[in-house]
Amino acid sequence: MDTVAQLVILTLAAGTPLVFAALGELVTEKAGVLNLGVEGMMLVGAVVAFIVASTSGSPWLGVAAGMAAGAVVSMIFAVVALSLMANQVATGLALSLFGIGLSAFVGLDFVSVVIEGIKPLAIRGLSDLPVVGQLLFGHNPLVYLSFVLFAAVQAFLYRSRAGLVLRAVGESPQSAHAIGYPVIAIRYAAVFFGGACSGLAGAYLSVAYTPLWVEGMVAGRGWIALALVVFATWKPWRVLAGAYLFGGVTLAQFQAQASGSAIPAQYLSMLPYLATIVVLAVISRDTVTIRLNAPASLGKPFHPAG
Amino acid sequence: MTLPRTPVSDTVSDTGPRLALSGITKAYPSVVANDAIDLDVAAGEIHAVLGENGAGKSTLMKVIYGVVKPDAGTILWEGKPVSIANPARARRLGIGMVFQHFSLFETLTVAENIALSLDRERAGGDLPARIREVSARYGLPLDPDRHVLSMSVGERQRVEIVRCLLQDPRLLIMDEPTSVLTPQAVEKLFETLRRLSDEGCSILYISHKLDEIRALCTRATVLRGGKVTGACDPRRESSASLARMMIGGDLPRPQHRAAKLGEARLVVDGLTLAADDPFGTSLSDLHLTVHAGEIVGIAGVSGNGQKELMAALSGERTVDSPGAVRLMGTPAGRLDAEERRALGLAFVPEERLGRGAVPEMSLAENALLTAHRQDLVRNGFVRTDAVRGFAAETIAQFNVKAGGPDAAARSLSGGNLQKFIVGREIRQAPKLMIAAQPTWGVDVGAAAQIRQALIDLRDAGVAVLVVSEELDELFEICDRLAVIAQGRLADARPTRDTNAEEIGLLMAGSFIAAGTESGRRLSPAGAVDV
Repeated sequence: MDTVAQLVILTLAAGTPLVFAALGELVTEKAGVLNLGVEGMMLVGAVVAFIVASTSGSPWLGVAAGMAAGAVVSMIFAVVALSLMANQVATGLALSLFGIGLSAFVGLDFVSVVIEGIKPLAIRGLSDLPVVGQLLFGHNPLVYLSFVLFAAVQAFLYRSRAGLVLRAVGESPQSAHAIGYPVIAIRYAAVFFGGACSGLAGAYLSVAYTPLWVEGMVAGRGWIALALVVFATWKPWRVLAGAYLFGGVTLAQFQAQASGSAIPAQYLSMLPYLATIVVLAVISRDTVTIRLNAPASLGKPFHPAG
Repeated sequence: MTLPRTPVSDTVSDTGPRLALSGITKAYPSVVANDAIDLDVAAGEIHAVLGENGAGKSTLMKVIYGVVKPDAGTILWEGKPVSIANPARARRLGIGMVFQHFSLFETLTVAENIALSLDRERAGGDLPARIREVSARYGLPLDPDRHVLSMSVGERQRVEIVRCLLQDPRLLIMDEPTSVLTPQAVEKLFETLRRLSDEGCSILYISHKLDEIRALCTRATVLRGGKVTGACDPRRESSASLARMMIGGDLPRPQHRAAKLGEARLVVDGLTLAADDPFGTSLSDLHLTVHAGEIVGIAGVSGNGQKELMAALSGERTVDSPGAVRLMGTPAGRLDAEERRALGLAFVPEERLGRGAVPEMSLAENALLTAHRQDLVRNGFVRTDAVRGFAAETIAQFNVKAGGPDAAARSLSGGNLQKFIVGREIRQAPKLMIAAQPTWGVDVGAAAQIRQALIDLRDAGVAVLVVSEELDELFEICDRLAVIAQGRLADARPTRDTNAEEIGLLMAGSFIAAGTESGRRLSPAGAVDV
């Protein structure tokens, strides 16, 4: 039974960076903005979190710094794509490339540094309970934070007035403008939130999941997060499911590699990416769901012309 | 609504006008949209603002609703000077607006849409109940939980109106509200408006439909070229005298000779086509024949299958049965757009930018796109001079106001681009011309010219099919009229044997037997309400 609990814990741990990044991107896209810079923002978040954690000695300070860094980088995107109305796809791709390069450069001196990362909870008494103890109380604190984020995003989008306004802006910025909502300001806020979430996802990787810095350590998870949002048809719970599916298959292929499978390791490494895309592509074929949930103005610049 | 009941009258009440504009001026880089406009609206009055497209009506309404900031001028609201910085401020003052192009969010529900335009206090709590109550009181039935995208245009307009009513407006601005309604729905709307006016709400009614203004409004202000050119009591004017004030001259009447019928050029025989988009309309078993030398019109409220029918006729969508669409006698169901054009089909789509013309390309390049068969291409090479010549001749022949053959399509006004597109198609000497909404959003002068061009085409022995939402237009130019509703087509009948009332009932689907709603999927996106 302990192995089952261990598997669940590892699956959630592997899926958590995708949950953070994809939920952030989901909110951004719900406002009608397509920010393809997730991979870059995650890397910047990861490297800044690691540097701050190792120099200050506080991993939590590192997490905060990583979030801030992701948000700051996203503001570059916001200025270029929202205020200057550049093409969002090109700007987002450029941001990713920029983030990859910047993080590699800034992190050069920290490649072999060892830090004390954020450890899974160990609550005396509770975490030692058989099976449930580990399942309920044995996760990394940031994993619990991802649950909170999921609930908050779900409630914000579908229960709050502000979330309604955000969805309205993503559906038709012209109409939202006509009834008097500040479209550009709302989109800035959405991009900012997405950036902070990407930074948090990166920070989780570098100070909690594997407390070290390696160039390019995000390893395409930013792109997977982007794909998750689309294939999850912009529904938060599907994002969650997709992220854990990815985590589970990642884990399974590690096990297969460790047990000396005959399949070449490269193919096994592809598996989580393939499985996630295929499963989500199959469940997202319903065009009605897509029409009802996809932000209609996604990726289109908005000119508040009078 | 807690408004004092004020009697409807032409006189301004003791407190002065509810809204008084003086010297409103708004200039854009290329045009002065509003030039020192004065306007006042009394309490409980239905006041028409009349003018052609581009006369400045919409800009003026946007100034009142706080969407556009005027360069100069003052606004008095109930006697006090105000500056209306944004729509939220306008709503707080008690100004509501129903937009020409609906400002609704399709994927949200009715209640969510309405909540978005109310302030926090009014949007809270029992909003769905209040929506039901207000909609019942004014005879505008609405289900607060329905998604807007499953609603017909008439229902959408109800949402817009109910949304305004929930703000307890003291001035309601209606921008071309009837352009998408059946005649019966228009009558219903007028009842609601008269009732509101009886309760003391002022209404600013923007339209270019003169009969409606004469039937509804007690005062009219006429705009032309951004200036006020007249004020009158429309009930004492004739449509002709209002038109003269509006365009500064008489409207050209189209010449219409008796039809000389030739052979059948378009035969639609049992066309059935599933919608390719979940909120589209499926076509079921359509039959229609258009002969050489006649104009056949298809009336209907948009969203009833016009889009799908046009795609099936133009070749953008093919059908499995080749004989379902026959062009010039050739079974063409499986031919693509290019092959159908080679048979002599010309097609003017509904969307000018994007389907009728590529916005970024020059007029010459846009001409080449469909007219390349006119000896504009030799051995695979474009004859640039011939292409520019073709475009220049089209511009001259159809009075297109443009910078020349090299002007980008998007730099033209809607009416001028439409004249160019229609001209481009006509100059290819088609055997069959299909035009969707040929005068939609085109000013009165250009619309008259386009209609005349279609009539000339018919007189020259071409078969013409026109799909339009404008009943007046169809009655003016068509020899026979068919009606599309819920993806079905009522048989075409001679225009002189029918009337607007009969066509209106057909548009509402009266010819469809109860229980046969297979033309709809998921939702009655094309349903019409009377």
